[in-house]
Amino acid sequence: MSTVARWARSLFVALALPVVLIALWWVLSADSKNYYSPPLQTIVTTFGEVWFSERLRDDVLPSVTRLVLGYTGAVVLGVGAGVLLGANRTLRRLTEPVLEFFRAIPPPALIPILFLFAGIGDTAKIIVIVFGAVWPVLLNTVEGVRAVDEVLSDTSRSYGISGWARLRRLVLPSASPQIIAGMRQALSISIILMVISELFGSFNGLGFTIIQFQRSFAIPEMWSGILLLGILGFVLSLLFALFERRSLRWYHGLRRSQRGEK
Amino acid sequence: MSDPVAAPSTRQPGQPRTALLDVDRVQKTYTGQGRTVEAVRNLTFSVGDGELVCIVGPSGAGKTTLLKVIAGLLEPTSGTVTLDGTAVTGPPPSMAVVFQEYGRSLFPWMTVEGNVELPLKQKKMGKERRAELVRDALEAVGLADAHSAYPWQLSGGMQQRVAIARAVAYQPKVLLMDEPFAAVDAQTRADLEDLIRSLWHRLGVTILFVTHDIDESVYLGERVLVLSSSPTVIMEDLAIDLPDERNQLDTRSSPRFAELRHHVYEQIQLAKHRRGGEPVTGPAPAGSPT
Amino acid sequence: MTTTDVPALDTPDARAGLVPARRRFAPPSSALGLVGLAGFAVLIEVLPRTGLVPRDYFPPLSAMVTAMVDEVQTQGFWDALTETLMGWGIGLGIALVAGISLGLLLGSVEVLRRYTASTIEFLRPVPSVALIPLAVLLFGFQLQSTLLLVVYAAFWQVLIQVLYGVQDVDPVARETARSYQLGPVARLRYLIWPTALPYVMTGVRLAAAVALILAVTAGLVGVGRGLGAEIAVAQSSGAVPLVYGLVITTGLIGVVINLLARALERRTLSWHSSMRADIGG
Ligand SMILES: Nc1ncnc2c1ncn2[C@@H]1O[C@H](COP(=O)(O)OP(=O)(O)OP(=O)(O)O)[C@@H](O)[C@H]1O
Ligand SMILES: [Mg+2]
Repeated sequence: MSTVARWARSLFVALALPVVLIALWWVLSADSKNYYSPPLQTIVTTFGEVWFSERLRDDVLPSVTRLVLGYTGAVVLGVGAGVLLGANRTLRRLTEPVLEFFRAIPPPALIPILFLFAGIGDTAKIIVIVFGAVWPVLLNTVEGVRAVDEVLSDTSRSYGISGWARLRRLVLPSASPQIIAGMRQALSISIILMVISELFGSFNGLGFTIIQFQRSFAIPEMWSGILLLGILGFVLSLLFALFERRSLRWYHGLRRSQRGEK
Repeated sequence: MSDPVAAPSTRQPGQPRTALLDVDRVQKTYTGQGRTVEAVRNLTFSVGDGELVCIVGPSGAGKTTLLKVIAGLLEPTSGTVTLDGTAVTGPPPSMAVVFQEYGRSLFPWMTVEGNVELPLKQKKMGKERRAELVRDALEAVGLADAHSAYPWQLSGGMQQRVAIARAVAYQPKVLLMDEPFAAVDAQTRADLEDLIRSLWHRLGVTILFVTHDIDESVYLGERVLVLSSSPTVIMEDLAIDLPDERNQLDTRSSPRFAELRHHVYEQIQLAKHRRGGEPVTGPAPAGSPT
Repeated sequence: MTTTDVPALDTPDARAGLVPARRRFAPPSSALGLVGLAGFAVLIEVLPRTGLVPRDYFPPLSAMVTAMVDEVQTQGFWDALTETLMGWGIGLGIALVAGISLGLLLGSVEVLRRYTASTIEFLRPVPSVALIPLAVLLFGFQLQSTLLLVVYAAFWQVLIQVLYGVQDVDPVARETARSYQLGPVARLRYLIWPTALPYVMTGVRLAAAVALILAVTAGLVGVGRGLGAEIAVAQSSGAVPLVYGLVITTGLIGVVINLLARALERRTLSWHSSMRADIGG
């Protein structure tokens, strides 16, 4: 098969089912009288009207900004604290049960408490995201740092790679598979918290708007919001997958070669 | 002892070398949770500048432990290691180590080139000089073409050659090698042995080579140190009076090689049964450099 | 902190060659951990009393505990707890059955797997909370609303793991099975299921944790009742110590679920030759 043909074929395989499903939804809902499931056509038209407007700036942008800031904060904090704990056995053992406890708390349950402290402004919402998403990054980083290979570590030492260089050249790359796995979990938690934090007293944002639609029974608008959240989730996970593939190319190659699939 | 080799062995003629590395009454006891292991009891020897010394000993004799102590990676429980007149308290900058586990001593997230270059970057060496050293080192081990590959894309023997190239590029005074060929196939192993001898000739570096393979130790070394089993002492310090030009076929089939090999083999058999605590009644250490 | 909650494909067990054998850590000495816990408890007790943090927002631990002691004597608490656990358990059960059966089906039939891959990749990242308004519209405040969210979130965790697991079947074993003309049932039973089992167990553990998050969240945002709703009520009535008490309670439930899931995982896999060292840790 030529490359073009192969390419066309995999495109077909990828798109076939989604196209069929969307077509089905479109046709079956076309003359839906059901109040709760309006025709897909209506939803799509509404989508354009609702979201390609000042809402993009007034609701979507603030939400996404808080998401990005909160997520970044969680990653930085998680990796930083994780490196610290991973390198210090006593500290790690001392804090382990406490951290496990924090990880086990369903993050949205912390919202009421954090809002007590920080009000309901942007800062509070960002703190909520940081506080909920930091745990998987932190615990995975600890795990990764702890598992740095002994031989590799000795090698680094004997070549005088220490301090900052050791962190940058040895510890972080070696822990990166776990760190990135933690970051992936943190991403979905962050999205959840972005939405939920806006359901608790808020004046703007994606979650806030969608719930407003639902409360005012603006059903097509609500559907368009659900759709937008879905798209947002998809796009972010796509970006993340690209990032992961780039950063962990060596790891997946290493694994394949260890499994004898050179 | 009627062994013909025991008595007459002397140092290589006419080359009184100054001692570069001094290992003095080194003892190492591991203390873990409720368990203490005396891995090395009492080791004293020295290695002259430019020598190639092999250390053989049964498995678990503490060879790795000794090497790590010399490399400054482990602190001895007592005793001292002196390199070039200075006591070793941490990894000295003029020493490079090649570990047995090649698969674990290369950075899998860096290319071959990156692996070889990293220690040089640490030395704050200029870019051009680095590139030159990396190129030369990879060429010397026959991997000039593999510079942009990742270690895990290479075979075991190639990976170990990368580790050797990295050590060579580092331009150490002393090269420590811990059973570097234990996990590669016989043919590759023979090639790598010759590589080590040729590098040693070319670079004039001092090599301390640990192995549990008797043939390998005799084939490679100018001197062979035989260790007892743990807790470890030196059973014998044997000079290898084979010609300097060695090759796998002729050297290994020479009668002298067979004699030396036989002798070391006997010592190792003894070593297995004699622990460090018992008095050493074997042949007096021949050719002791002190 | 033995486990990284990642799809099995990414777990560090894969780095078998990288993990030093001698360095494998003994279970952390729990004594130090207890000291840490105690220290933490003392901290929450003392901090508010010193006035370093506003006591209105952050009552001392004893106040939280007192509030909780009062709370557990009310029927409302136990109803809420039951509601949450039911939402969690039923939802998790549905997600497991659906995820495992669909995963095995899609995973073992190559054509199905290829044609569904993109759809799964699209639907999986859709945040479950996006369904909140829909759930409210469809089911109001009944248990079904909670279930919708729980099932949706937990389902993907299981499905993805099962798909990974089925793909992990050794190609040689696959060929062998084919050459012996094993039927589909025998193939599933002797080839696919044993290989996929570790992944399935990882999926169960991940799904159990996610299910709890959604079961609590549902109540919190006014979908369904349960502990989440109790927290919301306590918050709006200004019963701050109770809010803390309830949050701690959900955390403890989370810890118990994690421990149970890990124990189950370990038990199921103890006979399994590929029991991954890092999970057993
Ligand atoms: N980190 C450690 N903690 C406790 N005991 C150790 C440690 N490292 C080595 N030992 C013990 O010290 C002794 C010597 O070990 P070492 O690895 O130095 O032997 P070796 O001669 O290199 O063996 P081999 O030929 O198998 O590589 C062994 O009994 C070993 O169990
Ligand atoms: Mg060893």
